Amino acid sequence: MTRISVTVDGTRYEDDVPSRTLLVHHLREQLGKVGTVVGCDTSNCGACTVLMTDPDGVPRGVKSCTVLAVQADGREVTTIEGLGGDHPVQRAFHERHALQCGYCTPGMVMAAVDLLREQPDPSDAQVREGLEGNLCRCTGYQNIVRAVQQAAAELRGNEAAVTQPVGVSGP
Amino acid sequence: MTATLAGTAAEPEVGRARLRKEDARLVTGRTRWTENITVPGMLHLAILRSPHAHARISRVDTSAALREPNVIAAFSGADVAETQGTMACAWPVTEDIVLPIYRPLAVDEVRHVGEPVAVVVARDRASATDALEAIEVDYEPLPVVLGLESALADGAPLVHADAGTNKCYTWVLDSGEAGTGKAVGEAAAAAELTIHRRYVQQRLVPASMEPRSVLVDPTGDEWTIYSATQIPHILRFLLAATTGTPEHKIRVIAPDVGGGFGGKLAVTPEEWIAFAAANRVGKPVKYTESRSESMVSAHHGRDMIQDITLYARRDGTVTGLSVKLLANMGAYLGIVTPGVPILGAFMYNAIYKFPAYRFECTGVFTTTTKTDAYRGAGRPEATYAIERIMDELAAELDLDPLEVRRRNWIRHDEFPFTTVAGLEYDSGNYEAATEKAMQLFGYDTLRAEQAKRRVAGDPVQLGIGVSTYTEMCGLAPSRILGALRYGAGGWESASVRLLPTGKVEVVTGTSPHGQGHVTSWSQIVADQLGVAFDDVEVLHGDTRTSHKGLDTYGSRSLAVGGIALVLACQKVREKARTIAAHLLECAPDDLEFADGAFRVRGTPTSAKTIGECALAVFAAHDLPDGVEPQLDAEATFDPQTFSFPHGTHLCAVDVDTETGAATIRKYVCVDDVGTVVNPLIVEGQVHGGVAQGIAQALYEEAVFDEDGNLVTGSLADYTVPSSADLPEIVSDRTETPATSNPLGVKGVGEAGTIASTPAVVNAIVDALRPSGVTDVPMPCTPERVWRALQTARSGQEVAA
Amino acid sequence: MIPAAFDYLRPTTVEDAVAALAEAGEEAKVLAGGHSLLPVLRLRLAAPTLLVDLGGLPQLRGVRTDGDTLVLGAMTTHAEVAGAPVVVDAAPLLAQAAATIGDRQVRHRGTLGGSLAHADPAGDLPTAAVALDAELVLAGPAGRRTVPAREFFVDYFTTTLRPDELLVEVRVPALPGWGSHYLKVNRTAQAWATVAVAAVVERENGTITQARVALTNMGPTPVRAVAVERALAGVPVDAIEAAAAHAVEGTSPASDTTASADYRRHLAQVLARRALTAAAGS
Ligand SMILES: Cc1cc2nc3c(=O)[nH]c(=O)nc-3n(C[C@H](O)[C@H](O)[C@H](O)COP(=O)(O)OP(=O)(O)OC[C@H]3O[C@@H](n4cnc5c(N)ncnc54)[C@H](O)[C@@H]3O)c2cc1C
Ligand code: FES
Ligand code: FES
Repeated sequence: MTRISVTVDGTRYEDDVPSRTLLVHHLREQLGKVGTVVGCDTSNCGACTVLMTDPDGVPRGVKSCTVLAVQADGREVTTIEGLGGDHPVQRAFHERHALQCGYCTPGMVMAAVDLLREQPDPSDAQVREGLEGNLCRCTGYQNIVRAVQQAAAELRGNEAAVTQPVGVSGP
Repeated sequence: MTATLAGTAAEPEVGRARLRKEDARLVTGRTRWTENITVPGMLHLAILRSPHAHARISRVDTSAALREPNVIAAFSGADVAETQGTMACAWPVTEDIVLPIYRPLAVDEVRHVGEPVAVVVARDRASATDALEAIEVDYEPLPVVLGLESALADGAPLVHADAGTNKCYTWVLDSGEAGTGKAVGEAAAAAELTIHRRYVQQRLVPASMEPRSVLVDPTGDEWTIYSATQIPHILRFLLAATTGTPEHKIRVIAPDVGGGFGGKLAVTPEEWIAFAAANRVGKPVKYTESRSESMVSAHHGRDMIQDITLYARRDGTVTGLSVKLLANMGAYLGIVTPGVPILGAFMYNAIYKFPAYRFECTGVFTTTTKTDAYRGAGRPEATYAIERIMDELAAELDLDPLEVRRRNWIRHDEFPFTTVAGLEYDSGNYEAATEKAMQLFGYDTLRAEQAKRRVAGDPVQLGIGVSTYTEMCGLAPSRILGALRYGAGGWESASVRLLPTGKVEVVTGTSPHGQGHVTSWSQIVADQLGVAFDDVEVLHGDTRTSHKGLDTYGSRSLAVGGIALVLACQKVREKARTIAAHLLECAPDDLEFADGAFRVRGTPTSAKTIGECALAVFAAHDLPDGVEPQLDAEATFDPQTFSFPHGTHLCAVDVDTETGAATIRKYVCVDDVGTVVNPLIVEGQVHGGVAQGIAQALYEEAVFDEDGNLVTGSLADYTVPSSADLPEIVSDRTETPATSNPLGVKGVGEAGTIASTPAVVNAIVDALRPSGVTDVPMPCTPERVWRALQTARSGQEVAA
Repeated sequence: MIPAAFDYLRPTTVEDAVAALAEAGEEAKVLAGGHSLLPVLRLRLAAPTLLVDLGGLPQLRGVRTDGDTLVLGAMTTHAEVAGAPVVVDAAPLLAQAAATIGDRQVRHRGTLGGSLAHADPAGDLPTAAVALDAELVLAGPAGRRTVPAREFFVDYFTTTLRPDELLVEVRVPALPGWGSHYLKVNRTAQAWATVAVAAVVERENGTITQARVALTNMGPTPVRAVAVERALAGVPVDAIEAAAAHAVEGTSPASDTTASADYRRHLAQVLARRALTAAAGS
């Protein structure tokens, strides 16, 4: 057991964890952050993606199945549950129908947030490459690309690109 | 945007691009995947799986595992041989089919790598996994059976020794014998042109992103089973039927389910094992597979060898088709394993009206993971073969591939049309869809560019691929299923309950796992009852609330379940009419219903909304004599026929003739899925379907080595494409309503997958045809494309 | 999915790390970014009893220049290698190769040192290091030693690192004025290289004065395409095509589910030509 202190979605948690515990299992099983999910055992699917600060303080997208909980000691982690619910990327995923079963969505949303931090104005090709570590079996990715572009525009403050949602929302 | 309010004239909900009700919880992580669910006292199950493709189990010793820390139980198949039940096959396609015994935990023999052999139940997952290493198993390896043709050869080692053969069944459809057309022999004799091809449908893995997971809770007075399944109702029925557990004591819940694509159209050994384990320890037991386990144990799809012969006249008219299939069953039969290729039998004739057809399929056992439904199930394979060979016919006659199709397809004024396979297509307009697709694609411009690049000898050649497809959806008329020896019906059920405040609860027997039924069903009810979209709640996936249903697969939910919903709404409306008439003191026939309210004809101010009727029923102070105080109704719909979506997909690829890499440059599809309830959802289904079809054409293949190990056993080797590997898809629609149901809907879940694979491969072959290439086996990896070119070039040199 | 149990140490000095490794012997493993090691542990293909995490050694992370030499700490992530202006400037090939690795998340955690120490024949950074004649600085109980990249890689997943040694630093001589290109073909965007080619070219007035070429996944270790290099000394740029045909010499590619050895040999020639052309033109 190793004592670790990890700030997750704004709350500082202190726990004794077995050294072999993966961050994703720590999040899900110890901290109840079941919004973050597991889709593979070879670090390929990206479903488990969360943001974790590096020593330089910058939060970066990481696959939480490929980080030991002990490696997250002293870091800040943001999961889908810490995004607030009305984050432009979350909203854009809804408005652009960028999810079907939604299993890949937590990871996909976090990966998109990470991408837009570094590339606020990406081309479609850059969005596609930027999300290459996240697999989605349902959507064919096209609406995900649209959603990321819509969120990017909103985050850049470009309302014009934002105000034509494709669908019809409820009142 | 305001929603439809009862009593106001409003735009119909059906047809609107409603944003999904499902999304809110999914984009915020407030989800209830099976693996998220924990119940008090829950234990964890881990499964020891066979490392051999075929072996006799001579000894299993779990005693050391029992001594490991935190271990509650450890047992083998032999330990539960009497109680674990057997896995059922619901589709014995012929009378003399071989139906091997299929035990959840192997008892004396294993027949594929990954077959469950023994289990550990422990306090936590890590301990359960650790303790697996303490289980001792002695295996006596037996010969593996891999190739389809070698499996049928004389003296081949047997997968199931007591069956005496590796042949599972042979199933034939012959239009001459069935009276649906002429005999193929006649067509063959008279043919001016005979084209034979062999196509291989590689094995695929459905690979939904959520792995399968099951939690069995035996506490209390019943069994509560959470499962990541497409088919909670069928699971309940089969668990009861095969284990002798009273059906009414089993509650199955499919909570949030992360995709299925047929992969969760299964009752699984793991569900049975978890059930046995929970009963043994008297505690809730959860099992979630790892992806590596999933790859070897969840069923696979496709895996067929297709020998197809086309007979034609030199004017391009097809006169007959003969198909001989070898279909890999794997080691055991899942619930619809034998039936998957049979579904294809009705689709090889596709949109064409040739008069003679023969289909013969032989199912073959091998020592591999079983196959079963994967998106499209039988129909993509059929469509691939016919659409590929139609291109070969075009090439043979030096005709444009679309022209050959035009000369053979059913014209829009020829519907309803009874096909050579005996199905009646109710509607369609292949001309319109093709015309629209060509426009969007810029067909002529691209052909001109292709010609130029051919002349210039560009090392990157342009190919154009065509696929004009139809599919049979809306599975299925129970009568037809019965005639095909399927073990169940194809109806679907819905019930509608009006709450006192005018809100509506809908219970559907479909079981969505990404398809957005909650949204689409709300739209349908809003129109039918004139209530607000947001005032409708759709309940599903729990056999306690949704006691009746046949679940979600085969593009059936809307075309069957949606109609049941319409019928239930109609019943509610008629009940409400009686109430409204009583309240308005008029005869029911004097009322007209529009926008959620009953109005007295000629006196429109005299009105009662359906909500007011609901409140009146709730109070029950003043109801007509003999009228029950409820505004609920249930309906079950059994379709009389299938529905037949169709469309035209066009694909342009750049093929780098040096590396063999094929890159999709443009992809256009125009689909006709009948009436569209929600265009957003339809578009999403098409995108996802096309992506999976492209994945078959270019990327994915489950490969076994000579010992029967799955070498593509993880997402690192089984290359599911990412966003960076897939193209932008231009999708549009024509809308020819189905005449076979009141909504005019057809189904869309599988369309993209069915259509896209041949479009892509046709494009690749088209790019290389001047070099003499006539086929590239799937997946068309750069190496395979390069090899096809090498072989064709050396062939041309030899010929020259 | 869950690794077998192990002990965990996060030393704060290189000496402590080396001492811990020396004491534990073969049963210990170094943990860097974990993006090769953790997948192996999760699948239980290995079960070390101790992991020595280098995450507590910030002194091993980062990039600086030392005269004409670029010095990269072993714990520098792929993302940092790909994006650091000094790397892009002094060793663009290395930055380009790092940018092709896996995906963003992988590049955020995986490290240069881990990639070299892991020595996967399909790895991108080993090839780049070999093409650039990098030198690797190893720290052990007896102090430090420097090994040229060309001698570091011994076989599949095998290097000259001893169990009690750490790779601490990678030194890359700057090649001012040289053109370079890393060209990789993979089955899907996220996949490892089927084959890749690293090309570095020095030109003068349309003539190639010298070239260095290394190949990924064309043998158990990165392969220096010596025959190609020889054919490119002091020749005009249009000699590239003929020279590239020598790319298969001295290679021994494997056949696997991604590609056959035959195809890899073919691809190596095509990619060598294209990479050299790009390098000579840039
Ligand atoms: C999905 C995915 C895709 C990938 N794609 C690519 C790709 O395309 N190209 C590519 O090159 N790589 C790829 N990788 C691998 C990635 O680059 C790894 O990060 C890298 O191979 C190992 O670096 P690491 O820091 O993660 O090392 P770790 O996994 O921590 O360690 C790897 C090995 O090196 C040893 N080690 C690590 N650091 C040191 C050191 N300083 N001294 C001594 N020994 C050490 C460890 O003990 C271990 O044996 C991929 C990985 C994943 C998960
Ligand atoms: S769970 Fe698949 S990458 Fe983490
Ligand atoms: S929405 Fe189902 S996997 Fe992406």
